[in-house]
Amino acid sequence: MKKKETVLVAIILLLVLIGTIVLDAALPSYHIAIKVVKKATVYSLVAVSMNLLNGFTGLFSLGQAGFMLLGAYSYAVLCIPVAKRAGVYQQYNGGIVQFSLPEIFSNLFGQTVGTTVGMLLALLFGGLLAAVFAYLIGLPVLRLKSDYLAIATLGFAEILRAFFQWRALGPITNGSNLLKNYPDFSHATSYIILGGLLIAVIVLLVHSTYGRAFIAIRDDEIAAEAMGINLAHHKRLAFVISSFFAGVGGGMLAMYMGAVQALSFKSAMTYEILLIVVIGGIGSITGSILTSFLYIASVEWLLRGLDSGKFLGISAPAIFKNGFRMAVVSVIIMVVVLFFRKGIMGDRELPDLIRRRAKRGGGAS
Amino acid sequence: MSENLLKAENLTMQFGGVVAVDNLSLEVNVGEIVALIGPNGAGKTTAFNAITGVYEPTNGRVTFDGQVIVCNHPQGRMKRSYKGECAETYVHERVLNPTPDQITKRGMARTFQNIRLWKSQTVFDNVLIAKHMLSTSNVLTATFRLNRREEEKQRSEVLDLLKLVGLDDVRDELATNLPYGRQRRLEIARALATNPKLLLLDEPAAGMNPQETLELAEFIRSIRSELGLTVFMIEHHMDMVMRISDRIYVLDFGKLIAQGIPSEIQANPRVIDAYLGVSDDA
Amino acid sequence: MQGLIPYIIAGISAGGQYALIAIGYTLVYGILRLINFAHGDVFMVAGLVMVYTTSTLPMAIAIPLVLISTSLLGFVIERAAYKPLRTAPRMSLMISAIGVSYLIQNLAFYLTGGLPQSVRKPIPWISDPITIFGASTKRVTVITPVLTVLLVVGLVSLIQRTRIGMAMRAAAKDFQTAQLMGIKINSVISFTFVIGSFLAAVGSMLYFTNYPTVSITSGGMPGLKAFVAAVFGGIGSIPGAVVGAFLIGLSEELIKGAGYSTFSDAFTFALLILVLCVKPTGIFGEKVTDKV
Repeated sequence: MKKKETVLVAIILLLVLIGTIVLDAALPSYHIAIKVVKKATVYSLVAVSMNLLNGFTGLFSLGQAGFMLLGAYSYAVLCIPVAKRAGVYQQYNGGIVQFSLPEIFSNLFGQTVGTTVGMLLALLFGGLLAAVFAYLIGLPVLRLKSDYLAIATLGFAEILRAFFQWRALGPITNGSNLLKNYPDFSHATSYIILGGLLIAVIVLLVHSTYGRAFIAIRDDEIAAEAMGINLAHHKRLAFVISSFFAGVGGGMLAMYMGAVQALSFKSAMTYEILLIVVIGGIGSITGSILTSFLYIASVEWLLRGLDSGKFLGISAPAIFKNGFRMAVVSVIIMVVVLFFRKGIMGDRELPDLIRRRAKRGGGAS
Repeated sequence: MSENLLKAENLTMQFGGVVAVDNLSLEVNVGEIVALIGPNGAGKTTAFNAITGVYEPTNGRVTFDGQVIVCNHPQGRMKRSYKGECAETYVHERVLNPTPDQITKRGMARTFQNIRLWKSQTVFDNVLIAKHMLSTSNVLTATFRLNRREEEKQRSEVLDLLKLVGLDDVRDELATNLPYGRQRRLEIARALATNPKLLLLDEPAAGMNPQETLELAEFIRSIRSELGLTVFMIEHHMDMVMRISDRIYVLDFGKLIAQGIPSEIQANPRVIDAYLGVSDDA
Repeated sequence: MQGLIPYIIAGISAGGQYALIAIGYTLVYGILRLINFAHGDVFMVAGLVMVYTTSTLPMAIAIPLVLISTSLLGFVIERAAYKPLRTAPRMSLMISAIGVSYLIQNLAFYLTGGLPQSVRKPIPWISDPITIFGASTKRVTVITPVLTVLLVVGLVSLIQRTRIGMAMRAAAKDFQTAQLMGIKINSVISFTFVIGSFLAAVGSMLYFTNYPTVSITSGGMPGLKAFVAAVFGGIGSIPGAVVGAFLIGLSEELIKGAGYSTFSDAFTFALLILVLCVKPTGIFGEKVTDKV
């Protein structure tokens, strides 16, 4: 990126950050706008992680929900305060995990710093756990052709979900019951900073030599292999890294939702993220972020009227009833898939928008 | 004669019941330009693929730079249905079926019959990506830009290569926007980026007019001397083949029917019969 | 053993229903290399249509109406959502299928208010209770495998002996060449979807006679399992899909009988992954090598 573009991107990001801080100060934390920002940030992270795998490396994986599940549960299990555990794990005698990371670190570093450190470490653990599973799953599965890979990863996600609902693992997972009462970041700014940093790492990866190798595998893996890129190793790398970020994203989602259960992490969640990625543009990180925000803002907030009788001043309770919102969203999705095949952004990124012309490289970036 | 760089022995490729490459043995020595010619469907690209690890040979052995890199013998179901020769020769040898990237890392790089450039990437990036295998950085050091010096070195090497093939004026163009002949040059530049000792070219002049073919021929000759390369190519443009090859192998229906220097091949009646035809060629 | 009989019967019945859905998947995949994610939802819509038509119209009209409307739905989906993307990369097509599935589920949710719909007037005769091998069940569980086998035999004859069947086989082998050889590929594809949807409709009526509640997600799991059956048997192979379906139906029910019902779904997926890793082309599938 040239100097001018770097500066403009930095300004935009700064404005976003300032905007969020203002929002946090002006509105109570239960306000819909704050919730939208939080949820959209989490979805952005997961969407970008999926884009890394599906969009940049060309590996059609539908296992995202499974990795998010691992991250979400890791976070919840590690962060429920000890005193609350008996109340949560009612059927399992308080569960076998009798410590919580935020509390451990609070003793070391004091309340605010300690809790934050504990929460972040729990998120990190979630990511690493997801990465380990991705490595193991990837060994047999990454050799498969695209549609088979999709179904196999989908299958693994469903198998994981079944295990998490299993009574026998109840002492850790609380079986089919909710895990709740764990701490959350009350400010949207924390989400933005954390999500932003993680997405920035992915951006750095994509523009590095490894990112280029991933793209080469997507564009023509036979040529990539002929040019010395080991396919198995690099596919596994992309899979593991993508799953790491999906795991952390899952942990952040748990934070946002306040209570988690395995049932929420069905394949429908993966499809949602996939649709966001496709509409944003496969291979465009900016697209994934923008679409996440657009999607969450629309579904959770702006289009709520479509479900409750009144929308844009038009009052039509017979049409605008429960479910109309999602029906409308589904139609819009189909329109984009059929008529805007490249998605909103195609494969362009923010700097390309600033430059205001179609992507043509742009020198040594 | 200079020392041997590539040696294929008793190379046989059988697909189902069809023997595509039949007991092919050939040699390429350091500094040579060797050509593999023959009618379409003779098995030339299949032989290339067997040598570069894209296919596992049904039988045979490939030695590169003094080391055995590929070795296989008929196994399992193929044992019964094998129609080729020398079925017992390599039975006691260690089976080696490396992946193409492992072979490229040994110093053998190739281009493809149908151009396989990375379409979403620029000319520059297409060549830069080929440098990835030479990186000493891992994913973490690369992501957090701790490999800056290495990356800059690679970028300047890429620029030099682009200047060598005459493509530095279009380095920021998308690879697909280039005219056909320049795309072929780009594929060669990309292969060169891997610092190979041996360059395998699969029909590098395909689709080129006589002028372009001539330029390409001289270009191949120049990179042989300037970069100290050895070249092994499949080609149908006989003027180019006769012009720059040191030696030629002729394949027909998978079998080697002739080998020798250009003048010998041109005069060989079997070759004329199967492939060249009489008087003027393309 | 006596205790297992109800599960075995249920398993065979489920297998038959899965088989009817699985055929739709395998036919479409054979020609278009597309996993029709929306197929399970077509199955669910057929169930919804059945609920509405059987409670408001005479049976003799209701049943054909279900068959016709479902076949029409399959036809429309193909024309609207898949045909335009025929030249697009495979991922786009699959995403379109997911999008259609999403759309159908959300539309169904909107139109039904999200409440599961119960069959108020079950189809007579097949829903009558009977006793077999000492276990009491509905007649439909016996009818299903018989009907399935009959339909499959009919379908295989159609594919092996008629011209349209030959066209389907040609398109499955090599799509582009079939087109170049003058086969009206659009008709063949539409026909394939119509058959698949027709069979799904039959399967749906049998399934929802047995489990008389249709919820929006009713198509999800049976659909996915039917797909696993198709992959297991060898995608593109009809007998394979049928064998796979019965196997899955039986194993599922037996697992439930053994007390591990949480895992009956997971078992199906474990089977899928096993097949994909060990023999991806399935039991009856063929190996294909790529040319470089």
